[in-house]
Amino acid sequence: MSTRTLVSPATLARPRGRAVYWTVFTAVVVLFALAFLFPVYWMVTGAMKSPDEIARTPPTLVPRHWHLGAYTDAWDLMQLPQHLWNTVVQAAGAWACQLVFCTAAAYALSKLRPAFGRVVLGGILATLMVPAQALVVPKYLTVADLPLIHTSLLDDPLAIWLPAVANAFNLYLLKRFFDQLPRDVLEAAEIDGAGRLRTLWSVVLPMSRPVLGVVSIFALVAVWQDFLWPLMVFPDTGKQPISVALVQLSQNIQLTVLIAAMVIASIPMVALFLVFQRHIIAGISAGSTKG
Amino acid sequence: MTKTAERRPVPKAAVHPVPAPPPVGGRRRRRLADQARAYAFLLGGLLCFALFSWYPAIRAVVIAFQKYTPGSSPEWVGTANFTRVLHDPEFSAAWRNTLTFTALALLIGFAIPFLLALVLNELRHAKAFFRVVVYLPVMIPPVVSALLWKWFYDPGTGLANETLRFWHLPTSNWSNGTDTALVSLVIVVTWANLGGTVLIYLAALQSIPGELYEAAELDGANLLQRVRHVTVPQTRFVILMLMLLQVIATMQVFTEPFVITGGGPENATVTVLYLIYKYAFLYNDFGGACALSVMLLVLLGAFSAGYLRLTRSEGDA
Repeated sequence: MSTRTLVSPATLARPRGRAVYWTVFTAVVVLFALAFLFPVYWMVTGAMKSPDEIARTPPTLVPRHWHLGAYTDAWDLMQLPQHLWNTVVQAAGAWACQLVFCTAAAYALSKLRPAFGRVVLGGILATLMVPAQALVVPKYLTVADLPLIHTSLLDDPLAIWLPAVANAFNLYLLKRFFDQLPRDVLEAAEIDGAGRLRTLWSVVLPMSRPVLGVVSIFALVAVWQDFLWPLMVFPDTGKQPISVALVQLSQNIQLTVLIAAMVIASIPMVALFLVFQRHIIAGISAGSTKG
Repeated sequence: MTKTAERRPVPKAAVHPVPAPPPVGGRRRRRLADQARAYAFLLGGLLCFALFSWYPAIRAVVIAFQKYTPGSSPEWVGTANFTRVLHDPEFSAAWRNTLTFTALALLIGFAIPFLLALVLNELRHAKAFFRVVVYLPVMIPPVVSALLWKWFYDPGTGLANETLRFWHLPTSNWSNGTDTALVSLVIVVTWANLGGTVLIYLAALQSIPGELYEAAELDGANLLQRVRHVTVPQTRFVILMLMLLQVIATMQVFTEPFVITGGGPENATVTVLYLIYKYAFLYNDFGGACALSVMLLVLLGAFSAGYLRLTRSEGDA
């Protein structure tokens, strides 16, 4: 099953090769544990130390007494339920909007042959070349005063939802997937009298589950991780997502409470990752080699 | 793949029982209806791209030449925004920091993931464990990893100095020292993002056919020679693409300096994007912010175009 890599299986089979292999293996395990797991451990346990203990030099590796007080304090004092809820609303809406509008647009571009379809696709792909963050200020001005209807979306989750649809990467992923769907299946549906919407809903989408899963995860993670954009469009503290609220509140709060809030803010995405790790890792690997 | 609207799949469909072909006048009407339907599907996405991608790009260029205050009508000011921004002492600091940051991130954040992926690809045990652990920091919100490292970098009780003290090494000011702040931020960004790069490299490494290594070994190539003559050329395209993406991403760094150092100490970590943010939201100078955005846009656009052209022509030769 495993294919030949840099080091030949014959070398590995020799006693010396085996010794080197296990040395390297142990070294990598220790390195990974120290570099990636230990900081996380330090954060989770740091929040369980008492304020005195966390300021102690040298620090304690394991909390002397386990306190959960910081976690409950963070939950209450920093209004975490509200900010978490804001984040959930923003992420869920962005996900739904992307699924509806990006899927419909990708389907149209892939299968419905609209006039000027190539121009539209070119315009969409061109946004991949433009550094997105460099355009946040004019984008902010647009959201603050929408052209023609002169409405402001500031402090409104729509300010996250609608710009999220303009995601060329996800749209392109969907379009490429739809391109590969066999034409005869769609034609058969058409001949059976299914309209465009019906074909999309009951033929195309059920066949596209893998790509829809990848796009969904990308959409959710992007909103949950974003900082600069929500910092700009939610001046009202009560509407801010968790990432912005954490930074705003970090100045004048006890260290253990802040760390507890950081742990709580990380849990949803880390849990999502642990549950879907196979799909996420496969998605990243596949997206990169086929892109 | 995308054929123009002229070609309808009529000949192919004729194999199946088809309803009688519509009269000629009706066909044009049908085509129009098809187009209307296609655009109905496109409409939502198209509107969002127009409003939040295309229009802001044009607007950045327009506002760069205007005195713009939200609420009042803009005035044309020529290149005044550009000259004002250019004379800001923070301007050169921001560009210097951003370029240094990008160079350091390439140096540190590029070699390490490649080497890690190379080693991981040779390991035959606990594969899933390594992949999950290396990607874990990527799933932690960037704000959290920034705050976490801000705490680690605390000169008094932070983990970084405590570790140095434990080994009886001289301590550092980390993100609080003018000459160490930028490197400290590069470490954070590398730690937080390396997982994605490693996974992409791993995928590329796995697509290398094993016969190439076998052939190289038969020719007497040692380990390093195999890396140099098989691995690197075989993954060249992925390496080059990731380099470009990384440069574009690190040139727009914002969260880490904003959260960890606030641009300080003494402007040592002000980046271009941070300066754009300051112009817009601290100085209320949207013209200046857009002038800076245009500069960043032009620079990165020229860089990517040149880079792609260079790597492509080299590939043809």
